[in-house]
Amino acid sequence: MKNPYIPYEVKILDTWYEAPGDRCIKTFKVTFTDEKVWDTWNHLPGQCAMVGIPGVGESMFCISSSPTEKGYLRFSIMKAGKNTSALHELEAGDTFFVRGPLGNNFPLEEWKGKNVVTIGGGIGQAPLRPVIQWIRDNRADYGELELIYGARTSADHCFKDEFKEIIEEGECECHLSVDVEEEEWPHFVGFVPQLLMEVAPKPDNTIAVTCGPPIMIKFVLQNLEKLGFTPDQVYTTLENRMKCGIGKCGRCNVGHLYVCKDGPVFSYAQLKEIPEAFA
Amino acid sequence: MAVKKLSKEKVGEALGELSKFRLIAPAKSDEVVVFKQISDPGEAFLDYGNSTVPPKKFAFPQTETLFRFMVGSPELKEKNVEEEGTTVIFGLRPCDARAMSIVDKLFSWDFDDPYYLKRRELTTLVGMACVEPPSVNCFCTSLGGSPFGTEGLDMLLTDMGDYYLVQPLTDKGKKLEETLSAHLEDAPADDEKKAEGMAKESEGKIRRSIDTEGIPEKLPTLWDNELWKRVSAACLGCGICTFLCPTCHCFDIQDEVDEGGEGRRCRMWDSCMFEEYTLHASGHNPRPTRRERTRNRINHKYSYYPSRFEVIACVGCGRCINLCPVNIDILDILDQVVDA
Repeated sequence: MKNPYIPYEVKILDTWYEAPGDRCIKTFKVTFTDEKVWDTWNHLPGQCAMVGIPGVGESMFCISSSPTEKGYLRFSIMKAGKNTSALHELEAGDTFFVRGPLGNNFPLEEWKGKNVVTIGGGIGQAPLRPVIQWIRDNRADYGELELIYGARTSADHCFKDEFKEIIEEGECECHLSVDVEEEEWPHFVGFVPQLLMEVAPKPDNTIAVTCGPPIMIKFVLQNLEKLGFTPDQVYTTLENRMKCGIGKCGRCNVGHLYVCKDGPVFSYAQLKEIPEAFA
Repeated sequence: MAVKKLSKEKVGEALGELSKFRLIAPAKSDEVVVFKQISDPGEAFLDYGNSTVPPKKFAFPQTETLFRFMVGSPELKEKNVEEEGTTVIFGLRPCDARAMSIVDKLFSWDFDDPYYLKRRELTTLVGMACVEPPSVNCFCTSLGGSPFGTEGLDMLLTDMGDYYLVQPLTDKGKKLEETLSAHLEDAPADDEKKAEGMAKESEGKIRRSIDTEGIPEKLPTLWDNELWKRVSAACLGCGICTFLCPTCHCFDIQDEVDEGGEGRRCRMWDSCMFEEYTLHASGHNPRPTRRERTRNRINHKYSYYPSRFEVIACVGCGRCINLCPVNIDILDILDQVVDA
């Protein structure tokens, strides 16, 4: 069996910025240097990978592409620390290393036949993107898809082109927001939990998936309950500092669950039992 | 086949025989006893209570290389644990062997940890029964262990005065007995029975205890209890309770690069009592104070670990009590949990 601590080298096919600023977000579209890795690589929406550079380190990121997108993986990474700053220096043609896929996935098989509403905030849209893409690529298997997404400003919105395309094509209901008023912004102004109440998706035969800053998740979960969603209809992904990614090094636990192994995807029903889940 | 004994006069030559392996034994180091690799049998110090530092580092080194690389090169050279060779840990206490069998569950859960498991496969554990409990803070019997416990051991030695009674317990232990056969003699026929009596006597001398029944289920219900503030108030966050714990297994992974660009990715012991352990790159810390960190340490050992692996991650060796600089006592914490 392959040593789970040894990463694969990937080559960058393309990069672009999703959002500007000190904590800018850059997307990397990569493929394995050794094409044969694709034969054994199987990931599902929600799963993660350790991403890094030998000599710098590695950190855990969700894989922001769906397995229905063939021939590449995507990672959307905010510049925050030593490793992400080094990754941000890289451009098309450069290489870095990836170890995974790690963790569990959104139960998209179970969701077949159901409506899905995603509620994202900022970079929290990254783990929701593969869910949306998976459903777009398996459209007949699912009911209505509805997207709710907000960020501080319109410039901070990730995946702008894809949202634009979805809206222009009228593919599904798509509700966008910015936290504060800006000129020529045609959509909602306010926080994501408020937008959620405005949109008020119906809970019947519907799954809600949310990810964003902890404070947003907290209020989104409360508001979903107000809208009649039961905890087993609601899913989110957690993150914590990680080192091994395979349930050994100890640090990423919330209560008795390892985020790296038992998660990152959890139902709200699971997390309600864990007082540390939203620490 | 008769039970064997190893005369104390022949311990030196027996250890000499075992020197063809990587031989680890207790030895004096400054004022304390630690396990170390010995080449001269005279270094071994078998007349000890328990080592200050548990022998866990011979399965799970304090720092170990995972792979080596040259910066900028795609080639990653995996560390080959096999090169460390067959290892015998001679004279460890039953609690420390039991600790290894508990930690084995973590390193073989879901993903196999190739480094740890290879090292365990290459290692034979020769235990030394505790004829006297080594410390006033021993409480192994509360956790399912015993001063003469054999869990995790391949061979048990019992000090009978002039000689050690030799009891192989596994195939590895039997193989080791064969290796040592030239140095062994037949033991008196009633020695095993005598050892059973000695075990009872030693168990009776253990002074501290905790009834663990119900603690794993109760702990999560005490999440916001004021006891966590109380029991962590004196904590300095030094981490000694975790570094000297034979079941603590948390680690960090770091890269080191020298001036020439040669580097290694290595892992090293880490401690849940440290602030950086859970600190996010964003600056957020889900366990910001020693209260949360102490709560996690106790919950991890006494609730989370048993919920996953059906065994409490504590063997009652007493080291965290003996060596805490501010006298924090895990049994006192557990008593407060029981009373809460």
